[in-house]
Amino acid sequence: MHRIFLLMLLLVISAQSDALQTDIDVEANSELRALVNQLPNTKLRKMAPLLEKISQTKQPQTRNLLQFMLDGELYFLKSNKQVVRAQVAENKLYQLTDVLTQQSLTDVKKSKLSKIKTNNKLRSSLRSVIAKIDLTDANKQIRLKAVQQLLSSPSKESAAIITELINHEKDQDVKTLMSTTLSLQQLKAGKFEQKIEALEQLSGSLEPTVKNEVVRLLANLPEKELTTQQQTLKDALSHTLDEIENSASFYSAVETVFFGLSLGSVLLLAAIGLAITFGVMGVINMAHGEMIMLGAYTTYVIQLAFPSIIEYSLLIAIPAAFLVSGSVGILIERGVIRFLKGRPLETLLATFGISLILQQLVRTIFSPLNRQVISPEWMSGSWQINPIFSLTFNRLYIILFSIFVFISLLMILKKTSLGLHVRAVSQNRDMARALSIKSDWVDAITFGLGSGIAGVAGVVLSQLTNVGPNLGQAYIIDSFLVVVFGGVGNLWGTLVAAMSLGLTNKFLEPLTGSVLANIIVLVGLVLFIQKRPKGLFPQKGRSAD
Amino acid sequence: MKFTKLIVASSIIASSLVTQVSIAADTIKVGVLHSLSGTMAISETTLKDTVLMMIEEQNKKGGVLGKMLEPVVVDPASNWPLFAEKTRELLAKDKVDVIFGCWTSVSRKSALPVLEELNGLLFYPVQYEGEESSKNVFYTGAAPNQQAIPAVDYLMNDIGATRWVLAGTDYVYPRTTNKILEAYLLAKGVKAEDIMINYTPFGHSDWQGIVSDIKKFGSQGKKTAVVSTINGDANIPFYKELGNQGISAEDIPVVAFSVGEEELSGFDTKPLVGHLAAWNYFQSVESESNDAFIAQWKKYIGDDKRVTNDPMEATYIGFEMWVKAVEKAGTTDVDAVEQAMIGVAVPNLTGGTAVMNANHHLSKPVLIGEIQEDGQFEVVWETPDTVIGDAWSDFLPSSKNLVSDWTAPVSCGNFDVKTAKCSGQNF
Repeated sequence: MHRIFLLMLLLVISAQSDALQTDIDVEANSELRALVNQLPNTKLRKMAPLLEKISQTKQPQTRNLLQFMLDGELYFLKSNKQVVRAQVAENKLYQLTDVLTQQSLTDVKKSKLSKIKTNNKLRSSLRSVIAKIDLTDANKQIRLKAVQQLLSSPSKESAAIITELINHEKDQDVKTLMSTTLSLQQLKAGKFEQKIEALEQLSGSLEPTVKNEVVRLLANLPEKELTTQQQTLKDALSHTLDEIENSASFYSAVETVFFGLSLGSVLLLAAIGLAITFGVMGVINMAHGEMIMLGAYTTYVIQLAFPSIIEYSLLIAIPAAFLVSGSVGILIERGVIRFLKGRPLETLLATFGISLILQQLVRTIFSPLNRQVISPEWMSGSWQINPIFSLTFNRLYIILFSIFVFISLLMILKKTSLGLHVRAVSQNRDMARALSIKSDWVDAITFGLGSGIAGVAGVVLSQLTNVGPNLGQAYIIDSFLVVVFGGVGNLWGTLVAAMSLGLTNKFLEPLTGSVLANIIVLVGLVLFIQKRPKGLFPQKGRSAD
Repeated sequence: MKFTKLIVASSIIASSLVTQVSIAADTIKVGVLHSLSGTMAISETTLKDTVLMMIEEQNKKGGVLGKMLEPVVVDPASNWPLFAEKTRELLAKDKVDVIFGCWTSVSRKSALPVLEELNGLLFYPVQYEGEESSKNVFYTGAAPNQQAIPAVDYLMNDIGATRWVLAGTDYVYPRTTNKILEAYLLAKGVKAEDIMINYTPFGHSDWQGIVSDIKKFGSQGKKTAVVSTINGDANIPFYKELGNQGISAEDIPVVAFSVGEEELSGFDTKPLVGHLAAWNYFQSVESESNDAFIAQWKKYIGDDKRVTNDPMEATYIGFEMWVKAVEKAGTTDVDAVEQAMIGVAVPNLTGGTAVMNANHHLSKPVLIGEIQEDGQFEVVWETPDTVIGDAWSDFLPSSKNLVSDWTAPVSCGNFDVKTAKCSGQNF
């Protein structure tokens, strides 16, 4: 009997406490509801405090609500000012869900909705509000991002939250970043000893906020008549600043080399096809740039035809562009160039005409406007090596890819029978023919190969620049420069020329500005050609003449 | 039999000739001077279509002064000297009563001497660098104080920017605008070391070094903003590189003066979202007149995907004003219309009123918009009232004493208030 009574008592109590819990929930919920209902009537300037209040309610929906706002999905109905999440649905309608109850509402037209506006400033405060919530997230990556966000705009409150959490943090990366944040706050607001201690902690940290804080503290110290404490602090600060600046200038030099190599590899890709047609065959092909353009348009068409596999579109586009540009190249060779053999001026004019025809053809088919080529996810973003040094993925892939293209081309010329024939014909056509090499056939294939490589370059350029009818024009001059500078008929020369032009340009750019850098490179080249008309690596032997 | 045929044929030809002459006598000729080929064709063809649409609409209402409007379209082919020749052709041979045209400043400067010599009338619909006020030109685009200066104010006051990158393409408009902005920022107490100025060639595509410099410049603890006068094609690789190097609009916002709906259509706008543009009109502005204009444009051009933009609104306002001024003056005579134009007010497309001032510049609202994923802009800030266009910038030493006033008794495009003299040099 007693037992039953006790059990019932327990049940009643637990039910009551449940009720109590829900009571609190309801209260907090209605508070949140009240705050959310203020959103439509709040001006942008007064939004930040309201958001702070919303985050204080600590309801499970709060984070989502803030995230929707950050993503620009928060709207309100014009009729009753109900705050909803709106997502684009079919037939130009918007699908609505209530932000707090997650209930689906009927779809409406855009004109019935009004957006809850945000601007850049508000979005960054939204991010730090969300970061504070995310600090306790189960996922390590999310926590790491949250600490990074808080580090970029340090404040007392975030330091207080982190102090509470740091001892429970299990992940080492997150913990290190958290202690950096704390040390920074200590450096900012602590007493003398704490500052010195914080500086020791922070030594070796490259976070820009650390550097800024050090610079600020240094500037705040008086110029003369320092107390011993101030002098010690000043020495410690300058020491830290020197360390940071040393590694910063080192990384900045590495970065410039990377930029130079990446520009060089773009030049290499654009020029290497020409190195074959112009260098090996001796044909001045003014339509080379248009072969690049055709490759870029092939990428566009591939993305248009297979919109569901954008991520892999480039992998399909590379062989496709090779085939398209290559076959157009063979057509040009068979149709025009072979009739003009040994007449370089006429070839120049004829291929220039072809380039104009191809441009106009593209204008007529695709319109004169630039076309949109989407970058796949894996080509965007950057590889963050440390806080002040990162390499962009697209440039990194392009450098690797251009080296791959270079090596394969070298292999084709050196190791295959086609390569042997090509070299034989280019060195001594009559002798090669006497040895039963079909020189006509070799010419066509070589021209196709050079054009095809240009098409592949077009795929790469579609990721860097605008895809339009004038794309090729922008690269034809650079391509000729590289080939002439490197020495006609020498693939290694092309490689060295492209890389050195890229590096020179990028090292000059910060000093002179990009306009003057281009001019200086051109003038330098003109002088160089005066001295060595055959380029860096001239072909040797009788066959060269 | 043959003979009768010949008579019939010739009489038909003769009668058609007569009717043509009689129509010609009863029409008002409107010249359209926009490039339909060459590099500027992308932008200018749209404006030609806008003028033709407005003319068609006006003719449906019965024309002006009881006469039908007749468009005379010429193609200056993005070739600057050809703008002067075509202007002469329009004024001397076709005897047009008004010209709507030009886009680039250099094309306007090329047409200007001919306009002044033959006393023509030009409506110029594009934002420009100012420092000009001709009796024969009405500037319906924005002057620097109606676009650049308010944009900088917005970044300074609302975003809190204290460090500035002025990035532009290397030609007249960016150089003049940046000169004005630099003087303005220095006057506002910004230190010289907090301003970075950078120029790049037309169509620049390798932005990695410059973006990395901007990143370093912007990571020194002070809020940094980029004011971009980068032209045309070069913008997309620039924004792409910003995105790839991890610079978001929240870290370093970029406000552009040459990026509008037309430029964004057909681009992958993902890397641009959140960046800003300053104009006097956005397609996304909600007003009845704007909805009607967009619907009319889509119907006229027969393509539901076409967008409207700021220079189109400027063309619209210019055309409506000219019609009103001609009706007020009762004639199409250039001098009479020029005087009638001053003070004319027509509703603009953003729900306000555009007024033509005595300096031949408009009063316009200034809007700042953020780029959205769909290539449209969302207005995040606007001036509380319209701003009067200032022909001569107050922030350049060479023009701070100059004002323009084409009403009596001053009647001068560059009146020096210190010396009380009119130099007569209007540009």
